Parts: sequence; structure tokens; C-alpha cells
Amino acid sequence: MLRFTSALLAQTGLALDFSKIVPSIPFILQGIGVTLAFTLVSALIGFSWGTILSIFKISNIKPLKWFADFYTSIFRGTPLILQLAIIYYATPQLLGYPIPGFQAGVIAFALNSAAYSSETIRGGILAVDKGQREAAMTLGVSYPLFMWDIILPQAFKNILPALVNESIALLKDSALVSTIGAQDLMRRADIVRAEKFIYFEPYIFVGLIYYVMITGFTLVARRLELRMRKSD
Amino acid sequence: MIRTEFLCKSFGKLDVLKDISTNIEKGEVVAIIGPSGSGKSTFLRCLNLLEVPTRGRVYIDNVDITQPQIDIKKVRQNMGMVFQHFNLFPHKTVLQNVTYGPCKVKQISKPEAEKLGLDLLTKVGLAEKANVYPSRLSGGQKQRVAIARALAMQPEVMLFDEPTSALDPEMVKEVLDVMKGLVESGMTMAIVTHEMGFAREVADRILFLETGRLVEDAPPDVFFTQPKSERACQFLEKVL
Repeated sequence: MLRFTSALLAQTGLALDFSKIVPSIPFILQGIGVTLAFTLVSALIGFSWGTILSIFKISNIKPLKWFADFYTSIFRGTPLILQLAIIYYATPQLLGYPIPGFQAGVIAFALNSAAYSSETIRGGILAVDKGQREAAMTLGVSYPLFMWDIILPQAFKNILPALVNESIALLKDSALVSTIGAQDLMRRADIVRAEKFIYFEPYIFVGLIYYVMITGFTLVARRLELRMRKSD
Repeated sequence: MIRTEFLCKSFGKLDVLKDISTNIEKGEVVAIIGPSGSGKSTFLRCLNLLEVPTRGRVYIDNVDITQPQIDIKKVRQNMGMVFQHFNLFPHKTVLQNVTYGPCKVKQISKPEAEKLGLDLLTKVGLAEKANVYPSRLSGGQKQRVAIARALAMQPEVMLFDEPTSALDPEMVKEVLDVMKGLVESGMTMAIVTHEMGFAREVADRILFLETGRLVEDAPPDVFFTQPKSERACQFLEKVL
């Protein structure tokens, strides 16, 4: 089948031969774990930190609000790849020891994603009916408990589609860590390309893997959304 | 039990409450009525400091709760409140709504809270709805759950803020019946309402508010038959 397609493409002038990357497939596939782990850890830290920032933003304590607004403007106002470079290349100059690519990537992506998601989460919190606050207050519920048990579950349910979008963006942007040497899918495709001097085959192959992962993730998220809507 | 002294509340330049001094005795049922915009709800909400009074004092059991050192959460645990729009927690089942306060605030064990919750749901006639989400309930049912939720904290006072105003007419009675049951049990209650018949039937006293002032404070028989103020006469003419 592969040979047939290749032969067909060769006739059109584009000589694709996927059989050439077959020995490298296990090597490329190992990148799935790296990419997924990277995305998952970044999203978890990013959304947690984003939640804290969103609470700062709606807080009555002015300095917290200023800090969160300033933070967001910095991370939204500069390119992600620059933030990545600063954390990976520049901070070691400051600290005196190098940060491994994977960790540097997670830090940059989590900090960046927190800036974006904090705005989404803030919107989700503000959209929760204010009667909920009064109901909780009259039961004598403390503010942290009220946030955690009453507001955040409703806020997250409302913004789930937006957070799924943010996660998909994270998964795709994770390819940027290939520039600082983390062995993710993209990096592995680059390595195979450099070893074998073929371009299309490894890139199309990892492109397909990204596509399948994101489509699968979207389906899972839909399911989750439906389940959470069960209380409507 | 509850006493207010020269209670004032302003929103910006708008004076919503002007020098309201009154008291509610233990076991007393007080209906607060008046035209819309008269400050009834604001008055009620000042009693548990959902609105912080601009001036004046609120005493609960002779303790001034407007003092900053007061832990208002503790005070509120003892004062149940029912809202016009129910304000049930939509992501929790009926039983979880009722047991949330006892479990999380009073730290009662879950089985104990569930037993209490089911008892209360039985009382308001909704035991069979324990495991459904509020979105599956009618307005009247939601309000009965909201009453059960407030009662689950075993408060000494219940505040009702227009509990039947958002209901379809045919659901008003089921809620009022639950409230009547509470009156019979001897609960201290303050009720903001437009249900004149109900107020007349269950209240020990009527407070009539008009543009932020307490204009009349009288037993229902007196208030509904021979109101002293002209404004109350006009109001009653319109609503009765």
C-alpha cells in the first residue's frame, strides 16, 4: 500500500516514501508521551495558577488585583517563544545552573497559560448568579469554602469549552519546546528528518499524530461536558 | 430576640431606610409589608447584615452585631434566610443542598446530616426528590427545598424575602403551607410578603414601611381594619 502510494506520488513528481521512516516510527511514537505529559502538567499548573490569579482579580485587596492585571498584561503582551527563551537561556545566567528543556518549557507554558485562563475563569466566576453568594453567606459558609464548593464548580462548568480550546492550543504550542531540546513529537520528527534527509514523511507523520490526539481529546471533552450538563 | 435601633441604610445618595427602630420577640411572627421600593427587603437584609447598615444598630439576643469584632458567620448560622429566587445550588442535588450547611459549616457527620436532611425534606413533602437536581423541580418545590436548606442549620430565626413572589399562582399555596407549619412550630419569623391574606392569618404583628420609614407597627386585626396612616389606607385599598 505504502509503496503503491509512493509510486503514484512519484509519477506526479512528489516522491514520498513512508517506508523510509518505518524504522524510526517507535522513536517518533515515544514523543507522544513527552508531548502529552508536557501539555498535561502545563495545563494543570497553568489552570491552577490561573484560578488563583482570577480570584486576585476579583478581590477587594487592590495590590493583589494590580499584581494579577500586570502579570496578565506581561504574559499576553510578549511572544510565548520569547518567554520560553528567557526562562531556558536567560534565567540560568541569573541562577547559575541550567534548567532542563522540559522543565523550562513547563514553567513558560504554565505561566503563559495562567495569564490567558485567568481571564476566562474570572469571566466564569462573574457569570455565576450573585444569589449563590447570598445563599452561602446566610448559611455561614466561609469565603474559601464558598469559592471552592459553590462558585468554582459552576464557573468551570460554564467555561469548559473555553478551557478545552486553551488546552488544545497548549497541546499544539507544545511543539515549541522542540526548540529548546525537549524530545517531544516535533523534535523527534526533526531528528528523523536530519538523519535521513527526508522532510515530508516525518512531518506529515507527526502532523497526523497531533491531529488524532486533538480530535480524540475533543471527543472526550464533549463527553465530559455532556456529563456535567446533567444537572441542567 | 432581634432589635433594631435607628437603623439607616443609604445606597449612594438614596436613603432606603430611615431610622427604623423595632423589635421582634422570640416566637413572634412579623410580616413586613409596604409598596415596592419602600425598603422592606433592605430592612430584612440588614437583620443578618447581608446589607451593612449605614447607621444604627442591630441587636440579636442583646448583642450588637454591627460591631466589627462580631463573627457574622456565627450569627448568620442562627438565622435562616429564604430568597425570592430560591438561590439553590444548581450543581448539587436536593439532598446535597440541604446537607451542605450542616456538613461543611457545622461539621456534622455525613450520615447524621443526611438523616436530618431527609427528615426536613419529608417535612416539606419532597423526600422523593432527594436525589434530583434543582433544575428538575418546579418553583414551589425549589422554594420548599430552600426552606429545608435554611432549617437544616437549625436556626432560631427565619427570614423570608418575598418567598412567593417569583412563583406561579398555583404554587404559592404549597409554600405558604410549609411556612404555616413553621409558624405552628413556634419559629421566630420575619416575612417580607405581598400575600396580604397570609400576613393577616399568620402574623402576630404587621410592620408597614413606606419610603424607608416604619409607618405602622400593629397587630394584623388593627392594621387591616383601622390603619392609622393615610398611606397605609391607600395601600390597603389597592391591594385588598
